[in-house]
Amino acid sequence: MQTLTFKRGVHPPDEKALTMDKPIKVILPKENSELFFPMSQHIGAPCEPCVQKGDYVKVGQKLGEAKGFVSSPIFSSVSGEVVDIRPVLVPLGVKSLAVVVKNDGKMEEYEGIKPRDYTQMSNEEILAAVKEGGVVGMGGAGFPTHVKLAPPPGTNIDYVLVNAAECEPYLTCDYRLMLEQPEKLIKGLQIVLKLHPNAKGVIGIEDNKPEAIKLLSDMVKDIPNIEVASLLKKFPQGSEKHLIYAITQREVPSGALPSAVGCIVDNVDTIISVYNAVCEGKPVMRKIVTVSGGAPANPGNYQIRVGMTYKDLMEQIGGFKVEPAKMVAGGPMMGIAMFTLDVATTKTSSALLCFTPAEAFIPPERNCIRCAKCVEHCPMGLQPFMLNQLSLRGDGEGFVANHGLDCIECGSCSYECPAKRQLAQSIKATKKIEMGKARAKADAEKKAAESKK
Amino acid sequence: MDNIVVSSTPHVRSGESVQSIMRDVIIALIPATVMGIVFFGIKALLLIAISVASSVLFEYLYQKIMKKTVTIDDLSAVVTGLLLALNIPVGASWWMPIVGSAFAIIVAKQFFGGIGQNFVNPALIARAFLLASYPTAMTTWTVNGVTSATPLATLKTLKDGAALADLQIPSLMQVITGNGIGGCIGETCAIALIIGFAYLLYKRIISWRIPVIYVAVVFVLMGVFGRYGVRMPVYEIFIGGLFLGAVFMATDYTTSPMTAKGQIIYACICGLITYLIRVYGGYPEGVSYSILIANLAVPLIDRFTVGKIFGELPKTKEAKKA
Repeated sequence: MQTLTFKRGVHPPDEKALTMDKPIKVILPKENSELFFPMSQHIGAPCEPCVQKGDYVKVGQKLGEAKGFVSSPIFSSVSGEVVDIRPVLVPLGVKSLAVVVKNDGKMEEYEGIKPRDYTQMSNEEILAAVKEGGVVGMGGAGFPTHVKLAPPPGTNIDYVLVNAAECEPYLTCDYRLMLEQPEKLIKGLQIVLKLHPNAKGVIGIEDNKPEAIKLLSDMVKDIPNIEVASLLKKFPQGSEKHLIYAITQREVPSGALPSAVGCIVDNVDTIISVYNAVCEGKPVMRKIVTVSGGAPANPGNYQIRVGMTYKDLMEQIGGFKVEPAKMVAGGPMMGIAMFTLDVATTKTSSALLCFTPAEAFIPPERNCIRCAKCVEHCPMGLQPFMLNQLSLRGDGEGFVANHGLDCIECGSCSYECPAKRQLAQSIKATKKIEMGKARAKADAEKKAAESKK
Repeated sequence: MDNIVVSSTPHVRSGESVQSIMRDVIIALIPATVMGIVFFGIKALLLIAISVASSVLFEYLYQKIMKKTVTIDDLSAVVTGLLLALNIPVGASWWMPIVGSAFAIIVAKQFFGGIGQNFVNPALIARAFLLASYPTAMTTWTVNGVTSATPLATLKTLKDGAALADLQIPSLMQVITGNGIGGCIGETCAIALIIGFAYLLYKRIISWRIPVIYVAVVFVLMGVFGRYGVRMPVYEIFIGGLFLGAVFMATDYTTSPMTAKGQIIYACICGLITYLIRVYGGYPEGVSYSILIANLAVPLIDRFTVGKIFGELPKTKEAKKA
């Protein structure tokens, strides 16, 4: 099999050996523990709570109703009483309104959950099932999947790509899912392909997971419209744009979505969630989380209930062998550092990395020596050193003119920088400011146009 | 959990640092340094030691006095001091490297903001400074205690109408090994410099582009146009400081372009100016000045060689009109 790849990128050590061979272990939230369901676990409009304090809810019952098309409902992952509706801390470090459910440990299932046969369903019914299942991009982005699966009319989709690159070091949750639930993955992909009958399904897997490549290749060899692609182990292979490029040689134009080049990209767990939502009628309630790094006593892959806190999870799996110096929700390249584990897991949680002081150490910044490694490795072909200078100078215009808004925030520049400069950090910050400005400008123009009318 | 680090992404970094890069450059310079001491004797070792020590000291003192963070641990001052010593003749007085180091470190490097901020190569500009200040000492070449002309100086007489047959120039083998050849301490042994180049390539510290294209341009110009009817391209690339300059000076990160395209243009400028100075200029050697001039062109080169970004739409005619 030919190994596909993209230009530039970096090669951090993958550190997957720690958890690669650990089968997924089911961890249930402790009885009487509180679970938190933030109303914003996706890109788009936050949900509105559809239960009240004191209500009794069951597993799979809706807690938050989607507001708007680009939004996705939230479901309870346990049964118990709604004890509060209040803002709670989410991994990003901000507070979000959440429904708090006290787990009664009975795990009583909601009556609405019934298996279905997708082949008997119309496309509209499938899309509705995906939407009502609360399926979002589970790899971390959290973009509502029903929106992605229904591109604007007139768009020709000729590839449905399953993002199974799992290019972040340490992470093995998608790998374990592929090994343990491959039939669900393939079924899920077939459901998506039913919506786009002219498309070819390709499962893109990095070549550091040969067992998954072999297993899935064998399973799809008699399915004419699905194949497996072997991708070179290189970060950020799992970036949507770079996965598309590696498999189809198409470049998603700056500022456009994958559908512009006829592609839909979904992560492994997203496709499995599509299967769960459509065929089993189960909304998104569980998540596979890789716990890794040098600090946890028992690194591994754990199936958790969405809404339980990282603290609850760590207590149930033996805690730490070394006091952690850094805790990251997500992978080491793009994950979010947290200052407490008292944070609820969400639909997009994929990993909890706990680093020892040595692993957490990042050397101080030095002067840029213009070695050009950031330019050489930027997967978007940007000039991170320049964007860093412009950011520090506060030159937003220059930043935009130098394509700063095209940054995918992968962190390859900071990873490679021998002067240990915080390139990605400064670029991310300026990007946020400039995008805010652009949005404000667009809003003002819209308003002005409306007032003219 | 009292000492939790919360920082922006990414949470892991490569093992490479400014210090490790500079260490590799020093390792790559060891063969040339050793051969310089072998050919030019203990005086060469003395000049190298003085140059390195004074470079580090000036950096330390400047940063201390200016209340800046002392960064001598990044080893860049060691590299500057070493390169400066390798770029002066063994006949130089012991205090000349000190003057040179002061100029390199304080004027060329620290005045502009320290490492990464200088717009010309500090060691080269210090060499140019010494050459302008002490022209006789800086162009007196002694080998084994005997003053001799460098092959470049000998070939320069072709300009004044000398015939090649009358010139006493060393054999090709001799200029490749550097044995008994007059020149700066570190420039005569091409083999040692090529070993250093191989090491830098292996360690991925530099790319092949600048050194190979630089030398190739000189080779081609000397082969096609030659000097006053004499075409000895192979011989010409092995004499003088071309290898030292191409491998260790022109590739200085701070003063060379960042993109592949830019590096090619820059190397061509270096090669062209070296050729012009060697053949038509007043000096027999043009490597230092060509690199210094090319250094000045780097900001412009960088500006015009920005690569296409991923997903950038090709500029159509309509877009250009608009």
